[in-house]
Amino acid sequence: MSKSLFDKVWEKHVVLAEDESHPATLYIDLHLIHEVTSPQAFAVLKERGFNVKCPEKTLATIDHSTPTIMDENGEPLYVNAQAKKQVNLLLENTKTHNITTHGWDSEHRGIVHVMGPELGATRPGMTIVCGDSHTSTHGAFGALAFGIGTTQVGHVLATQCILMRKPKSMLIHVQGGLAKDVSAKDVILAIIARIGVGGGTGHVLEYKGECFTAMSMDERMTVCNMSIEAGARAGMIAPDQTTFNYLEGREYTPKDEAFQTACKAWAALKSDEDCAYDKTVILQAADIGPMVTYGTHPGMAMPIDAIVPQAVDVAEENALSYMEVEAGTEILGRKIDVVFIGSCTNSRLCDLRSAASYFKGKQVAAHVRAIIVAGSEPIKKQAEAEGLHDIFTAAGAQWREPGCSMCIGMNGDIGKPGELIVSTSNRNFAGRQGPNVRTILASPATAAASAISGVLTDPRSIKLGAYNEL
Amino acid sequence: MSFDPVISITSTTLVLPASNIDTDQIIPARFLTVTGKEGLGKLAFYDWRYEKDGSDTDHILNTNAAKACQILVAGHNFGCGSSREHAPWALYDYGFRVVISSEIADIFHANSLKNGLLPIVIEKSAHQWLLDHPSENVHIDLERQKVRLPKNGGTYSFKIDPFSKHCLTHGMDEMDYLQDQIKAISAYETNL
Repeated sequence: MSKSLFDKVWEKHVVLAEDESHPATLYIDLHLIHEVTSPQAFAVLKERGFNVKCPEKTLATIDHSTPTIMDENGEPLYVNAQAKKQVNLLLENTKTHNITTHGWDSEHRGIVHVMGPELGATRPGMTIVCGDSHTSTHGAFGALAFGIGTTQVGHVLATQCILMRKPKSMLIHVQGGLAKDVSAKDVILAIIARIGVGGGTGHVLEYKGECFTAMSMDERMTVCNMSIEAGARAGMIAPDQTTFNYLEGREYTPKDEAFQTACKAWAALKSDEDCAYDKTVILQAADIGPMVTYGTHPGMAMPIDAIVPQAVDVAEENALSYMEVEAGTEILGRKIDVVFIGSCTNSRLCDLRSAASYFKGKQVAAHVRAIIVAGSEPIKKQAEAEGLHDIFTAAGAQWREPGCSMCIGMNGDIGKPGELIVSTSNRNFAGRQGPNVRTILASPATAAASAISGVLTDPRSIKLGAYNEL
Repeated sequence: MSFDPVISITSTTLVLPASNIDTDQIIPARFLTVTGKEGLGKLAFYDWRYEKDGSDTDHILNTNAAKACQILVAGHNFGCGSSREHAPWALYDYGFRVVISSEIADIFHANSLKNGLLPIVIEKSAHQWLLDHPSENVHIDLERQKVRLPKNGGTYSFKIDPFSKHCLTHGMDEMDYLQDQIKAISAYETNL
């Protein structure tokens, strides 16, 4: 029988097959952990006297509650004592259980979904979980990767397995090539706008089409990252030469002959031509332009130059009211207060390079705070080697230490009530970036162009030379 | 967290009709620096329930009647967004034992089942009846998988994974179940 990429990866990891009376027991190849969703799981292990079954298949970092600014002695400036306690507890727990941890002293520390791929710990065909919904990011490598709750973090620590019924499959086929100046972020926002914020519930997505094969790994990660914003726990892209080139030479990637052997096995990880999906959605790449959100969930997204649509229900009416947006009007040109470039969605080198091309030789508008946060220490280092940080700081933007930062605001990086933020992150939920703070999700290009002009700006208009007229 | 097995409940409902209520609304991220699970009920729907100075808003969740409700009826696609298990911890601690919607997000659904909060996805007509009739006494029978609505609203079946049902009604712990398979897991590993 023909199989999809998802079928192939799933089947290879079944320890005990599901039947009517019980779910499948699924083996996990890589368990990523961080400070926020693991403390209660370690407490259960301690309470019940269990050890971590496979410390070597567990990898930890600190990213959510970590500050992005340091004091004069280079010490992290925590938002409060509880955040510091949480970070220190992760460091203690992982030390107790011999888990490799990229803490403050590691040159690899970063947002968990940036760090895993960078280390080559994320590889095709693996099952990867983390107590974090954006674990879907790792599907860019043809891995089956999804977020779990803290109880399941405990299960994986103790048994390296989880209990789960096999989700349904959905093919997202984007046909044709993208127009110039349209980014991976625009593609995924267009997909979510099309299928809806709950459209992927119960499904694993597979992204197929020239649009994705032409993307770099950084871009594919942006797409898979936001699968969860359509309600899908996971999103996958078949591995190819781009994937293998990315992985070669990384710390956890097999070396030499073992790498060649691995590549051969990885190359077989693709859906059979005639395999069946529970659902198929087809989009035309040529129809996709720069996208922004106008409401309070990622499905409320539209082309940047479109008119805000009528609310379909009370929740959407409330969303428009929260955003102070009126149906039937444009959102383009709206005055903004803050620009955030970062998060597990858009904090990689290609994102920073794209942003820098708009900042170069320009000044951030006087009324705008622009905050740029690299996804990891290696990205920060490379960006600095390329002089990107000089471009940002010369323009008046802040260049911070790596972490989740303003995407989730747990570390105190939040907006002020009433502020409007153009953010390259993944969630525009009410209050996500601070109480009564409003968020417009956009690509790094749109965010950077808007930082300079001080209003929501179509990045294509900058390239067209309209910049000076704004 | 230990929880009381859900077997049958008769309770008034609290209705939050908005669609797509995300877990950031259920418990905002700034409260996730906690390292325990207890006492999160007071933080449930924090930004809806409290003014900037910490005083109560006039939100329905702050009424005594709401605090007596064990059944939360919510709009379509409840619990979307972040995987934080703090969301069901907070709802359980607030006093809810059942969440009913026409769609419930995957991770929240899975997390709820592990914490004694019964997620029920019900057909649209019954969901609409519940949205239209707040504060009614509704009966949930997990064994028979039925929701009985009062005032001739009818009786509706709901689906639940038999394994989850067994865990909920017998107080069985998934960790014990997985531990019982540790030999099979090790055998799988030797074939890797």
